Amino acid sequence: MPAPAIHVQDLSKTFNVPVREAGVKAALRSLFKREHRDVKAVEAVSFDVSPGEIVGFLGPNGAGKTTTLKMLSGLLHPTGGTAKVLGHVPFRREKDYLSKITLVMGQRNQLVWDIPVVDSFERNRAIYRMDAGEYRKMLDEMTDLLDLGPLLQKPTRNLSLGERMKCEIAVSLLHKPQVLFLDEPTIGLDVTMQRRIRSFIQEYNRSTGATVLLTSHYMADVEALCKRVIIIHHGKILFDGDLSELVQQFSAYKTITIDLEEMDGINFTRFGEVVEIEGLQVKIRVPKADTPRITGEILAELTIQDLTVEDPPIEEIIDRVFSQTEIELEKE
Amino acid sequence: MTDFLNLYKAFLRISTTMMIQYRASGLIWMIGAVLDPIIFLVVWSVAARASGGTVGGMAPSDFAAYYIVLMLVNHLTFTWIMEVFQYRVQYGNFNAELLRPVHPIHMDIADNIAYKLVMTVVMIPAVVICVWLFEPNFVFIPWALAAALPAVLLAFLVRFFLEWTLALVTFWTTRTQAINRTYFGVLMFMSGRVAPIALLPGILQDVTSVLPFYYMVAFPVELAVGRLSPAEAMDGFMIQILWLAAALGIITSTWRFALKRFSAVGG
Repeated sequence: MPAPAIHVQDLSKTFNVPVREAGVKAALRSLFKREHRDVKAVEAVSFDVSPGEIVGFLGPNGAGKTTTLKMLSGLLHPTGGTAKVLGHVPFRREKDYLSKITLVMGQRNQLVWDIPVVDSFERNRAIYRMDAGEYRKMLDEMTDLLDLGPLLQKPTRNLSLGERMKCEIAVSLLHKPQVLFLDEPTIGLDVTMQRRIRSFIQEYNRSTGATVLLTSHYMADVEALCKRVIIIHHGKILFDGDLSELVQQFSAYKTITIDLEEMDGINFTRFGEVVEIEGLQVKIRVPKADTPRITGEILAELTIQDLTVEDPPIEEIIDRVFSQTEIELEKE
Repeated sequence: MTDFLNLYKAFLRISTTMMIQYRASGLIWMIGAVLDPIIFLVVWSVAARASGGTVGGMAPSDFAAYYIVLMLVNHLTFTWIMEVFQYRVQYGNFNAELLRPVHPIHMDIADNIAYKLVMTVVMIPAVVICVWLFEPNFVFIPWALAAALPAVLLAFLVRFFLEWTLALVTFWTTRTQAINRTYFGVLMFMSGRVAPIALLPGILQDVTSVLPFYYMVAFPVELAVGRLSPAEAMDGFMIQILWLAAALGIITSTWRFALKRFSAVGG
C-alpha cells in the first residue's frame, strides 16, 4: 500500500488571543492589564489521505478547516501533533515541498493587481523554475480547460470575480502541484462558473493524479468531487468516511414525495410528518426503518401518479451532525 | 546561480512594469523625496546667512552641495517596507508570498530597485534644477567619488535589511505605526537629513558614529562631497560592513521566530 500523501496525527493548533470587554473603561483597564485566552482552533485531528484522493473537508464557520489547511501548507506552526505531506514536514517550509503544493484561499492573491494576467504567470514560471516548454504546455492546457484566452492580456483589476477566480486557479496550478489545498474554491461564483471549476478540478485530478483536500460550503462541490468527507466541528473530527456512509449514519429519515390525482379528505399525517403540500404534490418525512412499510401503505391506499423516496439533502444531514454536536457540548 | 539570475530578471521585469503603472503615485512620492532635503537646504542656508555667512564652517553653497547629494543618496537607499508590511500581513497578502518556494524578500528587493530605476527619470531633472537654483559648491575628489559608489550600495543594503527586520515586528503586534514613527524620527535626525552630523552636539556625534543611521545616508553623502579623509572613509566602510553583517544575522534569526509566531490571518 503506498504511503499516504497526507498524514496527520493528533494535530492541534491553539491561538492565544487578547480579550477585552466593550467600552472605554475596559479599554483603559487593558492598558495596564492585558487578558488573554486560549482558543483551540484544531484539537488532536488525525487522518490520512491517499495519493490521488479528493477529500471534502467540511464544517461550519470557525470549525478549524482553514487552520488545518494552513498548517498542512506550512503557513502555520502546529501547537501539537505531527503532519507530513508528501513525506515533508510542512512547517519546515522546504523549497522542494513548497514547489509541490498549492493552497487556493478565499482572498486569492497570486495575481499582481495592475499588470496583465500573463505577466503574473511569467513571474510564477520563474519562481517555480519551469522551463519554457513545460510552462507553455501547462499554459495552453489551462487556457483550454478554463477558457482563459481573452483574459491573459487584461490587468487583474479589470477582471470580473469569476474571471479572476479562473486565473487565480490557473496560476496556482501552473507549476503542476501534486497536492492541492482548496479553501472554498467556488465561493461567490455563479452556477456556470462553479460547474466549470469543478470539472477542471476533476480533470486535473484525473490527468495528474494530484491529491486534493477541499473545503466548501456548497454541497454541490462536495457531491460532485468527493467520495470521502471529513467533518470537523469545534476543532475536532466528527466523521471521516464515504459520503454515502455519512448519509447512512446520520440520516434517520427519508423523504417520500407523492404526486396524487386528487387530494380531498386524505389525512397524510398518519403516514408520517408532512413536510410540504404544493398543489397535488405532498412531501412526507418518515423514519428510515419504516420506509418500506409506509411506502407499501401509500401505494395500497392512495391513487398516485408518481412516488419517489429520497435521502434528505446533504446540507440537512450535515446540519444535523453539527446540531447534535452542539447539543452534546451543551450537555457537557 | 542561473536560476537565481533568471528569478531576478523575471522579478525586475514584473516590478518595472508595475512601477510604470503607478506613474501618478510615483510622482507624488518623488515630490516628497525632493522637497524634504530642499526644505532643510533652505533653512540651513538662511541660518548661515544670518550667522555671518557660515554655520559650523558650512556656507550656503556647501549646504546646497550636501543636500542635493543627500537627495540623490536618500532616493537610492530608502525603502518603504515598514509602511506596508503590516497591511500585507493583516489583509492576508503575505500568505500567498509564504506559499512560494522563494523568500519574500527577493520580490521586495526587486520592487525597490525597479522603483529607483523608473524614478531616476524624475530624480535626475530634479537634481539638475536644484543645481541651477542653489549653485552648490561641489568639491570633486576622484577617489572619494569612486568610494561613494560602494558606500551607497552598502548603505542601501544596511538600510534595507534592517528595515525589513524591523518590519517583522508586525508578526508580534499588528499596531506597528508607533514603532515606525519612532524609527523614522530617529532616522531623520541621525542619518544627517535634519542637519549634517558635524553640526550636532559632540555627544550626539559620538552616538551617531556607532549607530547604523549615519551609514545609511550621511556617510556616502559626506564621502561624495569630499568632507571625509581617506582614514575616515575606511572607518566608515568597516562600520558599514559590520552593520551589514549584523543586519543579515538579525534578519535570519528573527525570520525563523517570526514564522513560528505567524498566525496567517486572512485568506
